[in-house]
Amino acid sequence: MESFRKNQRVFWTLASPGSFWLLFFFLVPLGIVWMLSFGEKAVIDGKISITETEITWTLANYVRALADPVYLVIIWKSVWISALATILCLVIAYPVAFVISFASRRWQPWLLLAVILPFWINLLIRTYALIAVFRTRGYVNFTLEWIYDALWLDRLFGPFEPLELLYNDFAVVAGLVYVFMPFMVLPLYASIERLDRSMLEASLDLGASQMATFLRVTVPLTMPGIVSGLILVFIPCLGSFLTADLLGGTNATMIGNVIERQFKAANDWPFGSALSFLLMYVTFGILALRALLTRDAETRA
Amino acid sequence: MSIISIRNVTKKFGGITAVDNANIDIAANEFFAVLGPSGCGKTTLLRMLAGFETPTAGEILIDGVDVSAMAPNKRPVNMVFQSYAVFPHMTVLANVGYGLKVTGVPAAETRRRAEEVLELVQLAHLGERKPDQLSGGQRQRVALARALVKRPKVLLLDEPMSALDAKLREQMQLELTRLQEEIGITFVIVTHDQDEALSMADRIAVMQAGRVEQTATPELLYESPNSRFVADFIGKVNLLDGQVTGASDHGVTVEVAHLGKVTVPHAGRAHGQVSLAVRPEKIRMTASRPESSLIVQGRIVDWAYYGDTSHIRVQPDNGPLMSVTVQNETRSTVENGDVGDQVWLSWREEDTLVLDR
Repeated sequence: MESFRKNQRVFWTLASPGSFWLLFFFLVPLGIVWMLSFGEKAVIDGKISITETEITWTLANYVRALADPVYLVIIWKSVWISALATILCLVIAYPVAFVISFASRRWQPWLLLAVILPFWINLLIRTYALIAVFRTRGYVNFTLEWIYDALWLDRLFGPFEPLELLYNDFAVVAGLVYVFMPFMVLPLYASIERLDRSMLEASLDLGASQMATFLRVTVPLTMPGIVSGLILVFIPCLGSFLTADLLGGTNATMIGNVIERQFKAANDWPFGSALSFLLMYVTFGILALRALLTRDAETRA
Repeated sequence: MSIISIRNVTKKFGGITAVDNANIDIAANEFFAVLGPSGCGKTTLLRMLAGFETPTAGEILIDGVDVSAMAPNKRPVNMVFQSYAVFPHMTVLANVGYGLKVTGVPAAETRRRAEEVLELVQLAHLGERKPDQLSGGQRQRVALARALVKRPKVLLLDEPMSALDAKLREQMQLELTRLQEEIGITFVIVTHDQDEALSMADRIAVMQAGRVEQTATPELLYESPNSRFVADFIGKVNLLDGQVTGASDHGVTVEVAHLGKVTVPHAGRAHGQVSLAVRPEKIRMTASRPESSLIVQGRIVDWAYYGDTSHIRVQPDNGPLMSVTVQNETRSTVENGDVGDQVWLSWREEDTLVLDR
């Protein structure tokens, strides 16, 4: 690979499409949104324009976002819903990734395929499918009622009351876990797969129980995969709006929905941009916190 | 009393028999080697002692207790892995203390014992290092210390030298022998390196294709191998195929094509097709015909000079190529023969072995 870098022409030929893409389709729009966040609706002929925005470098949008507790509350709620979904993803995905990496070579590709399979179906359709599962007369309630009746509980406590599983925080968390699970399984699989099996045997050999081996050897040695998985799930969760929109109803809004509304229904691009950047700063803050924590852990060890 | 008894142990993986009805007894404080070519089942045998594999049949007793179904973390044995398996996320001291910490030994005692053992393997000054700051030899010492700190009844070593260079390997062989004598516990080492096994072990079990071919002291294995495989695997050997024509109190008479009928001493029974075996260093090479019943005339085809010895191959007039090792006793030895010279090879009857074919 070193020769690539020496040969400048080859290097730039190969690097330019990607760089161009990144510059014009990511950094430039991001810059525009950043500028928009310091704008206000243009006044044309004494009337407030519906479509035009003027960059006046006003801080009003940020002031509005920070002064009105509604938005901070929603950002905070989005953070904890995302955090909860991410932790649930980790708890569910770790055993899955473990089983896949310890499965026989013949089975591994098929098991991995099963994890990726949902990607082949459109997100919207998958989310609607979840509605069919969770609604009052959905499959979960149907199954619960069947068990309830089979145990003759209806004769003791009266007929089965369906659980309210949709249009609340539970539904949003469940939806996020479902949608982002593969992003957790894959990095975990990659790091467990790389784990030297003799490390685990050595730990057992030295008298550690299976549990102690898991906590003291397996988890620390697969930490890179755990951290990648957490980041890969947490960040898209924080910005997601479709799941909360379809499964969350009105009382389970996330910040993504508020931003979406500013850009679409409310037609207030400057304020939507300011909220977007606030969300990004929160994400940066969390990433910085993580970097700080791992650095601390390394210096201590 | 034997500390380890392997009784009729068989291990099958699917349809493949890795270990086939093995029987080995290892005495306390013995330095025991399991020697064999790769794939002979020696590592599987060691892993069954450690508890990572369960025998398909038979039983394994450690200090009189049947451990066949005992989990690895409950066995009074510890292992040095071929890859060393030193935990990369812990310091040397934490690695060594690990086995004590997880079994509830108090922190102060853990530290004291870990430091003690590091002293023993001469790594006391590197306790705070991380494994990636250590050389291969140092990592091996960490693995060794980590196992020894548990004060096991038996220390298992899986090909411990395979990742070391020749010089370091020799040094570690001496050091392992010293350690074993110093702490006086049983060592069981698995290796494919016959020199390693011969120089270190009190006794050796030679394995081939899952079966234990012979268990004996190094001297016995070398001088009295009980099969063609053992004779050929340990050291070099010349094999001359022949037919038994008679037996008496003095030994057996064997007819070999280019040797004629020869009588050699032999304790056991022998009949039918056999091989006469003689080690290269037991053969004398002379320019004139010597007085012996076991003589072969031939031409030197190559001459490899090793400083202290020379390894010479001689093509007899009829019969297979023979290897001869001569001591270069004088500075002029090398002048005594050269490629293409006609020479006589001879050896004594009592240096000849009769092996079944």
